[in-house]
Amino acid sequence: MSSIGTFTPAPGRAPMRAIIGRQIRMELLLTARRGEAVVLAMGVPLLVMLGAGLFDVTKLPTDDRLGYVVPGVLALTVMSTAFTGQAITTGYERSYGVLKRLGASPLTRPGLLLAKVAAILVQVVVQVLVLSAVAVAVGWRPELSDLLPAAGVTVLAAAGYTGLALLLASILKPETTTGAATLIYVVMLSVGGIMFEAPDLGTAGWFLLPLAAHAHALRETLMNGASVPFTIWLSLALWAVVWLTAAARNFRWE
Amino acid sequence: MVSGDVAAVEVKDAVVRWGDTTAVDGVSLSLGRGRVLALLGHNGAGKTSLLQVCEGFRRPDDGTARVLGLDPVGDHDELMPRLGIMLQSGGVYPWAAAGEILRLFAGFAANPLDPDMLLDRLGLRKVERTRFRRLSGGEQQRLSLAVALVGRPELVFLDEPTAGMDTEARHTTWQLIEELRADGVSVLLTTHLLDEAERLADDVVIMRNGRVAATGTPAELTAAAGIDLLEVRADPGLDLTGLRAHHTVTETSPGEYTISGALDTTGLAGVLTWFAAADAQVTAVNSRRRTLEDVYLSLTAAHATVGAGK
Repeated sequence: MSSIGTFTPAPGRAPMRAIIGRQIRMELLLTARRGEAVVLAMGVPLLVMLGAGLFDVTKLPTDDRLGYVVPGVLALTVMSTAFTGQAITTGYERSYGVLKRLGASPLTRPGLLLAKVAAILVQVVVQVLVLSAVAVAVGWRPELSDLLPAAGVTVLAAAGYTGLALLLASILKPETTTGAATLIYVVMLSVGGIMFEAPDLGTAGWFLLPLAAHAHALRETLMNGASVPFTIWLSLALWAVVWLTAAARNFRWE
Repeated sequence: MVSGDVAAVEVKDAVVRWGDTTAVDGVSLSLGRGRVLALLGHNGAGKTSLLQVCEGFRRPDDGTARVLGLDPVGDHDELMPRLGIMLQSGGVYPWAAAGEILRLFAGFAANPLDPDMLLDRLGLRKVERTRFRRLSGGEQQRLSLAVALVGRPELVFLDEPTAGMDTEARHTTWQLIEELRADGVSVLLTTHLLDEAERLADDVVIMRNGRVAATGTPAELTAAAGIDLLEVRADPGLDLTGLRAHHTVTETSPGEYTISGALDTTGLAGVLTWFAAADAQVTAVNSRRRTLEDVYLSLTAAHATVGAGK
């Protein structure tokens, strides 16, 4: 190797922070670009919030319609982004060979997972801010004394949803993943205590319906200024641990 | 700066099974630094499976693979920045634009090539803002090649790099691969195009049914098979009986004799001696060497009984 040519090898990995930063930007760019993902992530929650929050279309256990509906809608949004959207996207990325290609790049696999989780958190924060702003504009007046526990349960819920999404995307075909993720979304939307009261299953309900648990926790904190029930902390933490572990064990790149 | 002592790729007795199917059945090969090795074979010959082992996507079921002296699976994270990988298809976000993809991967590297230069060189400038799924097959291939090269790798794996490309793009790609070699990049490529292997490769490994059918430089492979056809111009109307005892001879037109079939040096001497003995005035001798295609076809033909070449 005498002279320096155009392609003379000079391999090396960029700083990991820069790599992950670029990957996060790409994840966010592509999410923003996919219309159906944006509609699912923002349109449906907005519609539910304005419809059920402002009009007597459903029977709620309280007269403070916005106070009841808005926390539920925030919980729904977290689920649609971290679970439904993520499951569908990851399923297709796997079938397109994108995961394989990225797994074999300087990004590394943990780097890709980190970027995915970070991109989801960014999306969730933006969505929650936008929805909250709209809600406040139409008259929602939340209690702000217990914001921290509200954020805490939200992170736990997002973690559990992401784990379940990555798990589904790993074990099912992309078409099946899309179907299953959408079905679960619709079921949760119906019985998750967003527009209607969740079916009273007692404490077991918090473990079966994480959306209802999350929505209830947000309602307690943001509507009543109360603390999050211990069983909800427990159920959401359990969801996060179980699904993230299962996803890490079963995650497939091809 | 790059250690030249360790082979770029060293595969020993690799076996790859997919369920009950054995895709790679005891293959060994070695790629030296700065050389180009072409894995040649039909679809299903085991080329891609072998590449998957080298790229660390899976472990061999038996045997070993070392890439740049490292274990492609165990040393994955250390190895990846040094490799350029071009998958056979896909591997790219369908909704991302060509330029965005290339810049993303450029951003992963410490000393990337200028993405604009690659876009120009590979004729992708006009589709820079086009999303991957709207690119033609050939454009997708060229983008995948650019992505493989942008990190200035020491070693690139190209799985059927010119599949789906038109003639012009194919020649551009060939020039690029020749330039890679000239600049000291090691290249392992798979192809089923014989002219591609003959033009680019220092070493050719012909695979058939998961095994190595033959290996050598293109010249060695074609020379080993000898001369395939000899044309002799001499006096017309010679009695060919004696020559026909050992060779297939036809007088295609008066005074134009064609001796077909493989001829080694002894056979060639025998033919010319016969013309001398017949007192014929030989005015021209023209030999046609076997091409890689002839070698390949004889090795890979379904009825061929040829096993390991050498």
